[in-house]
Amino acid sequence: MQSKAQPAAHGIDISALGRDRRSLNLSEEPVAIQVDNLNLFYGQKQALFGVNMPIPKQRVTAFIGPSGCGKSTLLRCFNRMNDLVDSCHIEGAINLDGRNIYRKGEDVAELRRRVGMVFQKPNPFPKSIYENVIYGLRIQGISQRRVLDETVEWALKGAALWDEVKDRLHESALGLSGGQQQRLVIARTIAVQPEVLLLDEPSSALDPISSLKVEELIYELKSQYTIVIVTHNMQQAARVSDYTAFMYMGKLIEYGDTDTLFTNPAKKQTEDYITGRYG
Amino acid sequence: MSVKPQSFKTWFKSGAPWVWMNAGAVSIAVIMTLGLLMVIAVRGLGHFWPADVIEASYQVPGQEPRLIAGELVQSEEIPRTRLASAGLPVANEGAEFMTRQLYKVGNRDLFGSDFTWVVSEWMKDVHHPENMVVLERREWGNFYGYLLAVKEEGQVVATGDKAWAEFLSRMQRANLLVEEIAALEKKDIGRINHGLEQLRLKNRSLELDGRLDDAAKAKLAAEREQWNAEYSVLETRLMELRHEVERDTVRMRSSDGREQDIHLSKIVRAFQPNALSLTGKLSHYAEKLWEFVSDEPREANTEGGVFPAIFGTVLMTLIMAVIVTPFGVIAAVYLREYAKQGLLTQIIRVAVNNLAGVPAIVYGVFGLGFFVYVLGGSIDQLFFPEALPAPTFGTPGLMWASITLAILTLPVVIVATEEGLARIPRMIREGSLALGATKSETLWRVVIPMASPAMMTGLILAVARAAGEVAPLMLVGVVKLAPALPLDGNYPYLHLDQKIMHLGFHIYDVGFQSPNVEAARPLVYATALLLVMVIASLNFSAVYIRNHLREKYKALDS
Repeated sequence: MQSKAQPAAHGIDISALGRDRRSLNLSEEPVAIQVDNLNLFYGQKQALFGVNMPIPKQRVTAFIGPSGCGKSTLLRCFNRMNDLVDSCHIEGAINLDGRNIYRKGEDVAELRRRVGMVFQKPNPFPKSIYENVIYGLRIQGISQRRVLDETVEWALKGAALWDEVKDRLHESALGLSGGQQQRLVIARTIAVQPEVLLLDEPSSALDPISSLKVEELIYELKSQYTIVIVTHNMQQAARVSDYTAFMYMGKLIEYGDTDTLFTNPAKKQTEDYITGRYG
Repeated sequence: MSVKPQSFKTWFKSGAPWVWMNAGAVSIAVIMTLGLLMVIAVRGLGHFWPADVIEASYQVPGQEPRLIAGELVQSEEIPRTRLASAGLPVANEGAEFMTRQLYKVGNRDLFGSDFTWVVSEWMKDVHHPENMVVLERREWGNFYGYLLAVKEEGQVVATGDKAWAEFLSRMQRANLLVEEIAALEKKDIGRINHGLEQLRLKNRSLELDGRLDDAAKAKLAAEREQWNAEYSVLETRLMELRHEVERDTVRMRSSDGREQDIHLSKIVRAFQPNALSLTGKLSHYAEKLWEFVSDEPREANTEGGVFPAIFGTVLMTLIMAVIVTPFGVIAAVYLREYAKQGLLTQIIRVAVNNLAGVPAIVYGVFGLGFFVYVLGGSIDQLFFPEALPAPTFGTPGLMWASITLAILTLPVVIVATEEGLARIPRMIREGSLALGATKSETLWRVVIPMASPAMMTGLILAVARAAGEVAPLMLVGVVKLAPALPLDGNYPYLHLDQKIMHLGFHIYDVGFQSPNVEAARPLVYATALLLVMVIASLNFSAVYIRNHLREKYKALDS
């Protein structure tokens, strides 16, 4: 560990981000998801090479790396979104609460309810705001008005959107701004009470203010959910995440607590990337 | 702006010629469409206008002059030599062209033909007699002539000036009676006939099952007795009405001086075209137009209305839509969403696309050979053995026509739906799946509603194609004259086994198969206009629904 006074010779200055350094240790954290020797192929082409990593519970873990490095692919393994790609196949295991989600007979729909996902571009359904939020509940067959109403309120409050939309819940979600839509999607995702939230570059399509709001939201949600975020924006990774994984060419290069990784990266490749020498 | 030779190159490079060419192509298309509509509208709608009836003395050189009366239908300039070579005694000297005119003179029972060609130079003393009467008759076409007297039971009750008013008031009574008779025959007696037919089938069915014992026989006989009793009451009433309606006659004189008694029951409408004011003509026009769209055809389809054909066209198209939409959508959903994309799905797609190019008559042949004979025949064997050897479904009918058209239009719906499904953004599907929805839940709750405008587009194209199709229908269920509408008050209300009339076939039949081609020609245009309007209104309602859906499910702008 480096001392606070020392200038960030190899990385970026955490203190400039306006938050304190945290004292975190990956090996002491309870594990939510354990990735074991994961190899992923698109047809003949291998996209992930022997990834091993624990995702700590109720922390924000960020995946960074240049485009095409496999960070989104890895993220989409956690809720088996890659199943939708016909040519994709996987070796190794991903354990969620100690159970391999790739074992035979896994209920993928239930897995996806437990591991929610927010995408790069806001993708509300062409329905009302209300119907968007309760979509997951409707899928589960919940139809009591009271439960639905309550869920809509707390999910929208949880996504910091309630005050902006409470008077127009039954208007189309497509009338919201991009930032509001993304927060609506987050509300929709937390409405089914998942354990893990996967965020795939959630603010890359948003303007800076909306982006900041989403970031603040992530920070608040951390206390209840295990959050994994893929981002291109290193400032954002440094701001919101507790742990950061740097990936390059389908391999996990370096993984550790964010402060250390950004201020004193162990690998040359990591240092080059975070100091902007490539990527 | 004039184009100088040196600037021609710049003008060409500016792209202006392309704009001109494209705009020109669009203009030509618009002009042609409008022109087409104008031609059929003018020719079709003009037919219902009460034209003036002229009377003139017509003298072919070297013959006795004779009086003719009728309405001008057509007029043409024709070389003198051609008239001469046609055997007419044309003088050698004079203008090179002469005018030949076609007159509708009516009185087919007297003259043998409704129309006559005359050379207008030989017409003398052309005038428009105010008291010229046109009678639209139920048989033998129009009568042109003068009203002499009104008779009741053979006794003259009015003559001269008072006759016309008397005639009109008696016409009203006669028309009411005729309507009553028609209602009685169609509704009440139709119901009894239906009941008796059901009894006969029941009898036959029991006989086939070997369950026709004495008790059953007695029961059937009792029921039959009841129907017969009901019938005899109606029959008496019918006889009374018929006698009533036969009461009045009019004495008419035709242009050539022959006199004739005509029963009022044989007359649909009477008017004096030359005496009609503009409002009178307008109301007559509206009445005729309404008759055209709301009444049944008369006189081998050349007179009266086309309501059964409109009804048949619309009903058949709707049934077709009800069949083709679920089939096409399900097939497209499977092809796009579930089937493993590969060579096989590619082959199927190509096959489906090619089906759209198969000539319609081939579908008709297939429908007749497979649906009517094979499927219909089997259905009759299995479910309607009591009616055999008379076929129930083993003969062309509404159902087979609808199904054949459904197959004909299936490719359109499949292709349109597939395109619609392909256009749904992937992230919308992923959003649904990521919330724990299964693939089918995603399909039903998000994807298909969002693709519904595309499905409607497919349906619009299908309806447009099906409603205008004629060739296959001639083989699988459309006839020249259907005895009854396929929808009535007798169980099971919708008679899918019945044959129907169709506007498209009606055009063909009236225009080319009619014994009285001259009389039918305007009806061809009017029916064509109506067909265009029926298809357009079916389309517009579908477009309205689609736009509504589009608004509701407008996709994210991606």
